[in-house]
Amino acid sequence: MSDNKQPRLVGEDLTLAYDRRTIATGLDVAVPDGSFTVIVGPNACGKSTTLRALARVLRPAAGAVLLDGERIGSWPAKKLARTLGLLPQSSIAPEGITVADLVARGRYPHQGLLRQWSREDERVVGESMAATGVAELADRYVDELSGGQRQRVWIAMALAQQTPILLLDEPTTYLDIAHQIEILDLCADLHEQGRTVVAVLHDLNHAARYATHLIAMRDGDIVAEGPPGEVVTAELVEKVFHLPCQVIPDPETGTPLIVPAARRRAVASAP
Amino acid sequence: MRGSTRLSLTTHPPSPSAATRTASGPPRRLTRSAGLLAALLALAVVSLISLGVGARPMSLGDAWRGLVDPDAPGYSVVHQMRLPRTLLGLLAGAALGVAGAVMQTLTRNPLADPGILGINAGAAAAVVTAISFLGVSTFAGFVWFAFAGSGAVAVLLYAVGGGRSATPARLALAGAALNAALYSYVQAVQLLDTAALDQMRFWIVGSLASAQASIVWQLLPFTLAGLAVAFLLARPLNALAMGDDAAQALGANPARARAVGVVVITLLCGAATAACGPIAFVGLMVPHLVRALTGPDLRWLLPYCAVLSPVLMLVADVLGRVVARPSEVQAGVLTVVIGGPVFLYFVRRRKAVAA
Repeated sequence: MSDNKQPRLVGEDLTLAYDRRTIATGLDVAVPDGSFTVIVGPNACGKSTTLRALARVLRPAAGAVLLDGERIGSWPAKKLARTLGLLPQSSIAPEGITVADLVARGRYPHQGLLRQWSREDERVVGESMAATGVAELADRYVDELSGGQRQRVWIAMALAQQTPILLLDEPTTYLDIAHQIEILDLCADLHEQGRTVVAVLHDLNHAARYATHLIAMRDGDIVAEGPPGEVVTAELVEKVFHLPCQVIPDPETGTPLIVPAARRRAVASAP
Repeated sequence: MRGSTRLSLTTHPPSPSAATRTASGPPRRLTRSAGLLAALLALAVVSLISLGVGARPMSLGDAWRGLVDPDAPGYSVVHQMRLPRTLLGLLAGAALGVAGAVMQTLTRNPLADPGILGINAGAAAAVVTAISFLGVSTFAGFVWFAFAGSGAVAVLLYAVGGGRSATPARLALAGAALNAALYSYVQAVQLLDTAALDQMRFWIVGSLASAQASIVWQLLPFTLAGLAVAFLLARPLNALAMGDDAAQALGANPARARAVGVVVITLLCGAATAACGPIAFVGLMVPHLVRALTGPDLRWLLPYCAVLSPVLMLVADVLGRVVARPSEVQAGVLTVVIGGPVFLYFVRRRKAVAA
C-alpha cells in the first residue's frame, strides 16, 4: 500500500438510480480505513442506496465504486465476498433452517467444488456464533428466534465470511431499544477488533454515540461528514432533518446528543 | 489501518460441545447419510415390487431371479415389460422431484411444481402439436418439442410473473393460468384429431405403461445431465434462497444461477414429460416431505428428492396396476389422487402459520 493512500473503499462521481428514478448524481463518498462509519439522513435520502452501491449489489448508472483502487465490478465475485461483507436489509431465512446452518452459509466464498466443508470452516462458524452470542442457539430454528437474536445470527453469517470490511444496512430497524443497543455494541466490538464497519442507521443519537466517522445525507447529497463531535450541530440537524433541536453532551459518553425542540413546552411546564 | 485482513473473532477457543453442535458437522451429516441410505434401500425394494407386480404376479424372490437369471421363468416378462417400465419410473420420478425442488428454491415459493405451474403442460402442448400436426411419432422426435415447450413456458412464466420482483402469488396465478390454457389446447387437439387420440390417450394423463427399453435409453442422458447440473447448482441455489442481495454478498451470481436453474428445469421436465406424459404433484410433494427430514440445504435436499421421488412414482404406478384389475389406472392419475390432499394440507398449514 502506498503512503499517500486513498481509502480502500470509495465511490467516485456516482449516479445511483433504480430503473428510471434517480436517487443521486455526482456523489463522491469515501469510507476511512478502520473507521466505524455511519450514514444518516431522512427517509429516502439515498443512504441505503449508497450503501448498496458500495456493496456492489446496486450497479451505479455512472461513476464507479473502487475497492483497493480497482472497480468493484471487475473483482472476482468470491474474492470480493472475502473482502467485503454485507448485511442486507431484507434477507430471507429459508424455512426450517437452523442457526448453525445459516451461519455456515457465510462460508460460501471460501468454498468451491474442490474445497468443500473443512475443519477451518467449522472453527470460523463456531467463532462467529460465539462472537455474536448465538452459540447456545446453534441448533434452534431461525424462524423461532426473536428479532434481536435473528439479527445477531445474520451478523454471525456475515462474520463467517471473514471480511475486513463489513457493511450493515439498517441493522437496528424493527428492534426494540435494548436490542438496538445490543446490536450497536456488537458492531462497536467488531470495529474495535480491527474491521472497517459501515452502517446505515435511523437514529441520529445512536449514530453520534457509536460512529467514528459520520456521513449525513439529504436528497442524494452528502451534507456533512467527519467525526460526530465536529459534525453534529443544531444547524446541521435543522438542515438535514428540518428538525429544530438542541445539541448537548451525552451524559454517558460526551458525544453529541440531539434533543428535539418541544413544540408544546409551554403547556408541559404550565403550573 | 489497524489489524490484518484476517482477524480472529474471539480469544476463546470454542468449546468442543459448541463445535460438535454445528449442524453441518459430523453428527447431523451421519444422520443425513444414514437416511439417504435407508431411502436407497426403500427405492430398491419398491423397484423389485414394481418388477414383480402385473398380470402375472411374482414374489420378490422370483422378480429378483427374473432380473438376474436368464434361465428363470420370469426373465422375459421382467426384461421386456417390467424392467423398462420400472426404469422409466425411476428416471422420470427423479427428474420431476429434483425439478420441483429447484423450482421451489428459484421462485422462493414452496408451492411451485412444474406440473402445477404449466412447465409439464408446455411440454405436453408441444408434443401434441408434433404428433398431430407434424406427424412426429418417436420419442427421439418429440423430446425436442418437449424441451421447446417446457423452456418456453419457463421463460414466459418468468416474464409474466414479474421477473426478479415476482411475488409467490403472482407467479402462482401466472402459472395456473398458463397451465389451464395449455391443457385446453392439448384437449382441443385431441378432440379434433381422433386418429392421434389413441396414441396420446395414455400419454396425456401420464403413464409408464407404454415403456420401451429404447425410450429409457434415450431418456437416460437428458435426465443424467439435468441431475448432474442440478447437483452442481446446489450451493448457488442455497445462497439464492436467502434473497438476491444476500446471494450477491456471498459471492454468488443470482442471474446466472437462475438461468442455469431454468435450463435444468426445462431439461428434466421436458425429458420426463416426453417419455411418460405430464405428471403433476411429484415435484411438489416430495421436496416438501424431504425438507422435513433434511432441512432446506439443497446439497441434501436434491439427492433425497432424486431417490424418494421415484419411490412415489413407482408406488403410484404399482397401485395403478393393482387397484382396477384387469385394467390399469395411470400413474399420473394416482399421483394427483395422492398429491391433491397433500397439497391442500400444506396450503392450509401455511395459512395457519401465517395467521
